[in-house]
Amino acid sequence: MKKTVLRLLATSCLICATAAPAVAFTAYVSNEKGNSISVIDTDTKEVVKTIKTGNRPRGITISHDGKFIYVCVSDDDTIEVIDAKTHQIVGTLPSGPDPELFVLSPDGKRLYVANEDDNLVTVINLEDNTVVNEIPVGVEPEGMGVSPDGKSVVNTSETTNMAHFIDTDSFEITHNVLVDARPRFAEFKSDGSEVWVSSEIGGTVSVIDNSSREIKHKISFEIQGVVAEAIQPVGVRITKDGKKAFVSLGPSNRVAMINAETYEVEKYILVGQRVWQLAFTPDEKYVISTNGNSNDVTFIEVASGKAVKSVAVGQLPWGVVVSPN
Amino acid sequence: MKRSGKLIMLACLMACTHLTTAAMAADKISIGYLQTFEKGRLTISVLDQPADNLGLAGAEVGINDNNTTGRFMGQEFSLDDVKLSPDEDMIPALDRLYQQGVRFFVLDVSADNVLKAADHFRSADVVIFNAGAEDNRLRNEDCRSNVIHTAPSRAILADGLAQYLIWKKWRDWFLVSGSNPADKAWAASLRRAATRYGAKIVSEKEYVDTGGARQTDSGHAQVQKQMPVFSQDAEDHDVVVVADESEVFGTYLPYRTWLPRPVTGSAGLQAVSWHPAFEGWGAAQIQNRFAKHAGRRMQGIDMQAWTAVRMVGEAATRTKSADPAKIDAYIKDPGFSIAAFKGQKITLRDWNLQLRQPVLLADGKNVVSVSPQSGFLHQFSELDTLGYDKPETSCKLNQ
Repeated sequence: MKKTVLRLLATSCLICATAAPAVAFTAYVSNEKGNSISVIDTDTKEVVKTIKTGNRPRGITISHDGKFIYVCVSDDDTIEVIDAKTHQIVGTLPSGPDPELFVLSPDGKRLYVANEDDNLVTVINLEDNTVVNEIPVGVEPEGMGVSPDGKSVVNTSETTNMAHFIDTDSFEITHNVLVDARPRFAEFKSDGSEVWVSSEIGGTVSVIDNSSREIKHKISFEIQGVVAEAIQPVGVRITKDGKKAFVSLGPSNRVAMINAETYEVEKYILVGQRVWQLAFTPDEKYVISTNGNSNDVTFIEVASGKAVKSVAVGQLPWGVVVSPN
Repeated sequence: MKRSGKLIMLACLMACTHLTTAAMAADKISIGYLQTFEKGRLTISVLDQPADNLGLAGAEVGINDNNTTGRFMGQEFSLDDVKLSPDEDMIPALDRLYQQGVRFFVLDVSADNVLKAADHFRSADVVIFNAGAEDNRLRNEDCRSNVIHTAPSRAILADGLAQYLIWKKWRDWFLVSGSNPADKAWAASLRRAATRYGAKIVSEKEYVDTGGARQTDSGHAQVQKQMPVFSQDAEDHDVVVVADESEVFGTYLPYRTWLPRPVTGSAGLQAVSWHPAFEGWGAAQIQNRFAKHAGRRMQGIDMQAWTAVRMVGEAATRTKSADPAKIDAYIKDPGFSIAAFKGQKITLRDWNLQLRQPVLLADGKNVVSVSPQSGFLHQFSELDTLGYDKPETSCKLNQ
């Protein structure tokens, strides 16, 4: 009798533990061809709303207080500001032509935007929506990363094949690091020790030491049964403790899970077609991938590296950001 | 004085940057661009009239791109372009450019002229890019170890087209070819592609070039009657494949064939290395900056010239050198690759120095598909399903 009760108790406890509801966050997915943002409840993993945007929404981020969503609407040559509560477009920012990706400064006051057509990085002051500076960089600026202390910004130029380190006080380039072909994305570790730069055509991720500004390691990928040309690293995300990284690998339809301390690839996770960008939920329980050609996003459990659910969104999902609260 | 102050500032800026510490004096790299320009060449449609800066504008955009990167490397690129009439001897122009320090030559000339240049510079420190000639023989029996082909061969284009037609299950072809040598060469590549991919040429017919004007005020009335009659006696087929590089009759065929069938080859759906409407794989970016520079949209030969200039730039960046020998060795290294808006890295075939490249299939308005088609497999690279593969080539480099 006693035994059974105990066992029952134990079982119900176990159920408690596994079924404990995850904290619900809101994920916003930009649909490049659908001209919309799919709003997803990260707990139920369902689309709860679709927001109409301008033409060709790609890069997407959210203010640190979670109040405003910023989305590059590339074909309209602007950035739209969307109220995260009402889902109304409340303004636009002077991004310069064809904005694709950007990064928000840690203090939330500045947006650094890559302008592909003009070989410029545009710095926008969010307090008065003005352009603070324009910095000439290499051909086709794309990826943007900011150091946790906000002192440097890294821009990657896709045809010049460099990571340009920009001093955010002087707006001058301090270092140019040559990486493999078509660098797409730059991501700092949260302790500021390293910047990871993905090279889409080169098929590698360069780990750049942030003090020497030199490449300390190059991560390459090999997937059995997949031709090397299809392995095209794009989105990169690293956990706050700096131990685990996820890299989306484009038309290989997989996300690589990497030990961010040893740089060993631990797992290739099959998601959807042409996987593009990634975002963690704030509790880092999940990382969400956008799968452009299959019109869905995949929730990957960070601890196990398992794809737990794919959610159909709009046409050609490109970017993803999760609200901080 | 003021100017030197600016220069010092610039030098400081560069010295502070990581890669340029040792590169105070800019390395100068000159690239020669030679093209044969046939004045007043006629096309059936005026929309197909070649622009004056066809090809050249691609090389110029490539130079601009190289210089944007060169700013960070202490490297400066320049272009010397020469226009030749079709029967002009190109050797004096080559020699003049060489004496001016040019060591990289991008050519948009006939296959015979490519060979002349290659043999003229046989033992010189020169790298030649064939950006224009599609002749298969330059990749086979007439290959040269100092010529790199950014232009696709006719065989590459024909295979790209054939794979799509097979994918569409349009297996029965009616092949119509012109009577000029270029038309016959294109038809030969299409026949080879049919054999390789299991298409059947059910009927074949030659359209003889008898001269005459291409378009006249009321010409359409006659053409409308001529084309159905011309195509009337063919066996039933799925698709008309036309080989008319000389622009004599090809674009008369669509909508005028006896049977209602799609037309491909030199009219209708065409296989090209690049298309003005292509925007995939980040191509919108190069299309935009090309249009801004050239005042028109980017064609195949523009992309082939751009790629050649970018290959020199990429090798100069990676080797941090302007030395032609170093750049040549870097490009010919098996590990060489370049990004050229083709959705994957572009590499060189070591057996004939042909750039591996996907083929776009496009009509007048848009890109319909890109080959290789999925399902056409290869043990090394699916791109090698297009054109002459290693076991097939008769090219013997270094002999």
